[in-house]
Order: sequence, then structure tokens, then C-alpha cells
Amino acid sequence: MSANDADAPGARPWLLMSPALAAVTLLLVVPVCFIVVYSFWLRTAAGGEQVGFFLDNWAEVLTDAFYRDILIQTLRIAAISTVLCILLGYVPAYFIARSTTRHKAVLILLLMLPFWISYIIRTMSWINILGVSGALNVFLLWTGIISEPLQILYNEGTVILGLVHFLLPFMILNIYVSLDGIDPNLTDAARSLGCTAWQAFREVTLPLSVPGLAAGSLLCFVLGAGTYITPMILGGPRDAMFANLVFEAIITQLNWPLGSALSLALLAVLGAVVMLYTRYAGINQLAKSFR
Amino acid sequence: MSMVLQLFSGWSLIRAFTVLVYLFMFLPVAVVVLLAFNANQFGSFPMEGLSLRWFVALWHNDAIVRAFKTSVLLGSLTAVVSTTIGVMASLALVRFDFRGKGLITTAMIAPILVPEVVLAVALLLFLRWLEMPKSFPLLLLGHVIFTLPFVVLIVQARLVAVRREYEEAAMSLGANAFHTFREVTLPLIMPAVFAGVIFAFTISFDDVTGTLFWKPGGVETVPTQIFAMLRNSISPEINALGAVMVVITVAVPLIGAALARRMAAALK
Repeated sequence: MSANDADAPGARPWLLMSPALAAVTLLLVVPVCFIVVYSFWLRTAAGGEQVGFFLDNWAEVLTDAFYRDILIQTLRIAAISTVLCILLGYVPAYFIARSTTRHKAVLILLLMLPFWISYIIRTMSWINILGVSGALNVFLLWTGIISEPLQILYNEGTVILGLVHFLLPFMILNIYVSLDGIDPNLTDAARSLGCTAWQAFREVTLPLSVPGLAAGSLLCFVLGAGTYITPMILGGPRDAMFANLVFEAIITQLNWPLGSALSLALLAVLGAVVMLYTRYAGINQLAKSFR
Repeated sequence: MSMVLQLFSGWSLIRAFTVLVYLFMFLPVAVVVLLAFNANQFGSFPMEGLSLRWFVALWHNDAIVRAFKTSVLLGSLTAVVSTTIGVMASLALVRFDFRGKGLITTAMIAPILVPEVVLAVALLLFLRWLEMPKSFPLLLLGHVIFTLPFVVLIVQARLVAVRREYEEAAMSLGANAFHTFREVTLPLIMPAVFAGVIFAFTISFDDVTGTLFWKPGGVETVPTQIFAMLRNSISPEINALGAVMVVITVAVPLIGAALARRMAAALK
């Protein structure tokens, strides 16, 4: 065996990689190519598929105002959630990065916890709080501020709330990683040159934390725009997002060619966002949170 | 003096804001755990005292116990398969130079970048086209493919930090490649391997997005079971199940982290 290795060192990495590479190829690359082909097939009235090259699905996806509106709604919800994550996440990330107390480790550990707590539990937990017999309504009824339970749940606002709750740890972690890598001497230098604390933050710390902000935003946006669970649990009938259309087409209507076209459209839009990001930032920033 | 005061108050504002954000992240989950112990018949507020009745109800609910077993089996198999092939791939990517390395590294991370729904649809339709019906193995394959990037990222990061000299020393003392890996490299990257196992297990245990597409009729994992129960209404049993999930998915990594730290300490 070892003599063999010396002869052909080039073969070993491929040998080691082959299972993972086969998995990625057979379970991701080939299937995605496959749905590209599938999206040009046609669903027949009988429920089967007609093999061929039809543009009908794509024509429907690209021209139907219904799909366009839901796509815009999806991007809007994802964008608002991302901005809220930035607004809510920057300060805690800054606090963790700059804190010198022994609480720092605890804060970081707590930050990791939500990743472990089931997404579906965290999403449905809001029903306990905002539902008709949830904590908020019970409290408001008890204080006498309201006499009828409020209908707060099941609208776009609660979908955004659920998404922010789900995505915030991703944002804080990415900003923290970025802030933690900044040499504190830089802000000290700025201060000693006469900057106020705010100026030092604006001119030194903030620009240096942009990579983390960008990586966090990318993650939040892509994860947010690709979800269908949150709108199903916390949204009303009119708050469907694009991934819900995919789910509808594939699981409920069994219209697989249309479902393929819809999921490719989603992939294209989010892929463009990822491309834009890698163009300016590079994918390595994302890997940093794992170190 | 006033500037110090100003700074101080700025910092306390930052701290107060941080506390509020942490409350936002954890309060809803705390409410779930609290309500799981609710004696109230409808499981909602106001609480009427503490009780374990909903946990007992869980224990006697066959569907939930079955879902639980499915989830544990699926999560464990996913963790083993994903970590094994992930470690092998990381070794290749970190320890060897070859053509197309950049492309392959990107390919390994690609499952994170592709929206899970798209991944789910693609895999489902491809296997359908191959005339393989929805089955437990499909579910397993699906979970392996989207946990793989996490394992690769974690193990790679650790492997980069392990100096090559240790391996070269073992080799020069006559150990073959496999021996070197088992006796030198593996112990050194064990914390990361362990982290990979836990990551893969919890991601699989939690997943609902892909699982809803892939699961065969009649098979439920814990999250899809909760999802199905939510369709009716929020019952106290869901809160109890949620509490159990929280305990498992939080305890497993915490115990894991403690073990990993001990392992890392033993290496030093």
C-alpha cells in the first residue's frame, strides 16, 4: 500500500474525496441539472408528463403577475427582515466583542444556543405569545386595556417577526466575528489623534466590520427568502412566499414541471444575490464563523 | 470627568440593548417550556399551577414516540455518514494539492448556498425519475447532503491548524498513511470531528424544510409531527414536545462541547 502511494500520490486525494464528491454530484449537481430539463416538460391533463421542449412553464412563471407579485413580496419580506437583523444585531455583537468581563464566554455560548433550538419550536413559540389566548392578550385583558383579544397573528408583520427571531443569531455571530478581529489599537490610535468615541467608531470600527455585516446580511437574506415554513405557521393566507409556491406545486398539485421552473426561478434570483456578494466579498468570510 | 460619565452611560445603554435582544431571542422559547408544565386544560395562559400531565400524554402518544424514534435514527445515521465522508474530503482538501481544488471546495459548500427548497425539489424529482419511491433512505441521503458542508467547514478549519510535522514524523518512523491518520491526525482533529457529528445530528434532528418534501407518507420526524399538529391548533402537547426538543438539542451540544474541551485539554 505504502509503495503504491509513493508511486501515485496524485490518486489519494481523489480516493479520499470520492464519497463526498459522489454525494455532491449525484445528490445536488445532477438533480439540479435534471430539474432544468424537467422544467421544459409539460404536465398533461391526465396527470403524467410530456417529455419535450416546451416553454409553457417558464412563460407562466415569468409573465404571470401572481408569481411576480409573490416574488416581490418575498424579496421585500427578506430585505426588511435582514435590515431589522442588522439594527437589532449590531449592538449586541459590539457588546460581546468589546466586553472584557467573564460574561463574554456565556454570551457567546448563549448566542450559539438558538442554532440548536428547533426552528419550528422557535417559530411556533410566537403563537403562545401573540395568539388569541397568548401571553400578550391575556395580559392586556387582565389589565383592562382591551376587552376583546387582539388579532395580532397571521399577517406579514408576524412573518417578519418570526424570520427576524430565526435569523438574528446568524447576523450577530457574523458581525461579532468581524468585530473581534479588529485590532483595538486602531480605535485607540484614532482616539489619541483627537477623534471622539463616535467618530472613531464611524471612521474605523464600522468600516472594518463591513465584511461581517455583508456575510450576515447574505445569510439572512438568502435563508429568509428561501423559507416556506415561517409563512405557513405565522402568516395568513395572503402571506405566501415564493418557496410556498414551490411546495404547493410539488406536494399539493403534483405539478412537477411547474414546480421545477418555480424552484429554478428562486434559485436564479438568490443565486444572483450570492454572486453579487462573492464578487465583492468572497466566500471565505462565511467560513470564518466556523473557526 | 463628564466624558468618562458620558462613555459610561453609552456603554450601559449598549449593555441594556444587548440584554433586551437576548430576551427577545430566548423569552418565547422560555414561554414554551413554561407552558409545557401548565396544569390548565387548554395549555394556555393564565397558568393554573404546575403539572407533568402533558409529558405523560406525550409518552402515551404512539405517533409522537414513533416520530421520536425515527428522528433519533435518522439523525444518528446522518451524523455517522456525513462525518465520515466529510472528514475524508477535508483531509483531501487540506493535505493535498491538486487541480480543480478551488472548484471542488466550492462544490462541497454548495449545498449551503442552494436554497433548501430547491435542493429538496431537485433531489425528490431526480429520484422519482429514477423510479425510486419516497423512502427512509431518500430522507437519509437528503440529510447527508445538506449536513455535509457544515462537517467539511468545521473539520477543514481544525485540520489547517494541525501542523503537518506531526504526521511527517510518524511517517518517517515507518507508519503508513492509514496508521498515521488513526494514531496522529485523528486524535488531533477529534474535537472537530465530534463537533461535526453533533452539528450533523442536530441539523438533521431539527430539519423540516427538506423533510416535508422527502418523507414517505406515514413517516413523521419530530419536527414534521409538530408541524402536522400545528395545523389543528396549538395544543399543550406541542409545548411539552417542544420542551423535550429544547432539552435534547441544547443538552447534546453542551455535553458535546464539554467533552470536546476535555479532549482538547488532554491533547495539550
